[in-house]
Amino acid sequence: MHNFFVYAVVMMAVAYIVRAVPFTAFRRKVKSRFVRSFLYYVPYAVLTAMTVPAAWFATSSIAVCSCGLCVAAFLAYRGCGLVTVSLGACGGAFAMLFLSSLI
Amino acid sequence: MEWWDGVKQGIPIACGYFFVSFTFGILGASLGFRWWETVLISMTNLTSAGQVAGVRTIAAGGSIAELALSQLVINLRYSLMGISLSQNTDDDFTGAKRAVLGFGITDEIYAVAVNRPKPVSTRFFLGLMTLPYFGWSLGTLAGALFGGVLPTSVTEVMTLAIYGMFIAIVLPKAKAETGVLVVAGLASAVSCALYFAPVFSRIPVGFAIIICAVLAAVAGAVLFPVPEIGGGGDA
Repeated sequence: MHNFFVYAVVMMAVAYIVRAVPFTAFRRKVKSRFVRSFLYYVPYAVLTAMTVPAAWFATSSIAVCSCGLCVAAFLAYRGCGLVTVSLGACGGAFAMLFLSSLI
Repeated sequence: MEWWDGVKQGIPIACGYFFVSFTFGILGASLGFRWWETVLISMTNLTSAGQVAGVRTIAAGGSIAELALSQLVINLRYSLMGISLSQNTDDDFTGAKRAVLGFGITDEIYAVAVNRPKPVSTRFFLGLMTLPYFGWSLGTLAGALFGGVLPTSVTEVMTLAIYGMFIAIVLPKAKAETGVLVVAGLASAVSCALYFAPVFSRIPVGFAIIICAVLAAVAGAVLFPVPEIGGGGDA
């Protein structure tokens, strides 16, 4: 039990430090156009790298994931919000899972 | 009012978080964590991918060093987001306020804050992070306590919720801006290469994400630089 708290404190400390320190330390506006451009693109690159290809292996079946992700992509393309797109991903995957259970 | 404006913009994030952290609660319970342990991790971390990797490492009996290093690498993107966000805050948002509210930087909260047309104030950011924080904590609690009641088919497809959230953030931007489209395409290509090529199979997931992010964002910065300051853009 002692161990869990050590683990928990380490996780908390790392999660806090990587966020708060750079955010607090950077006071001046970055002038470099290159650096500003880089920072602008980072979140999109990170989120994409976390999704592709890992999302296709999130459930036990690639077909189930693909169906959910296609529904999500379609909804996002149409401009739907976070919750709608998330529900769409789950709904699409569930539909595929249900269909494949019939076969 | 700035605070209320933030709260309102946090509602969809909070709903998404409740849903996603529900699956984290289920995961924690399935790995043998007690409900309050999983909730404690959510309340003190507020990271999605980091927490998943963390409980997996702990459940597998990993060392403290392994845990710290993997958390550092997976969460390192928040450093970049923190620096990025520091460019879009108002004059009052400094020092101790940043040290406290910096805890609230997550992928989604960052995405909303950085896309705000005017400088982000302390009140707006506090409002923005409030509901997502409760959504994340309460979702974990619900998942840890009641996740076992749901059939596996339901809990299985719910793991896609978090990816749906990512898609909802990236895809509309990629549709609107060629630069983001190219960056996302490159990140996908590099990520797949690292994932599928046997040569790279030993690279831990956290490192792979950083490699993809840096390569794709550098390419984007070179090929599609954001407008100069005062040039009309708000990057």
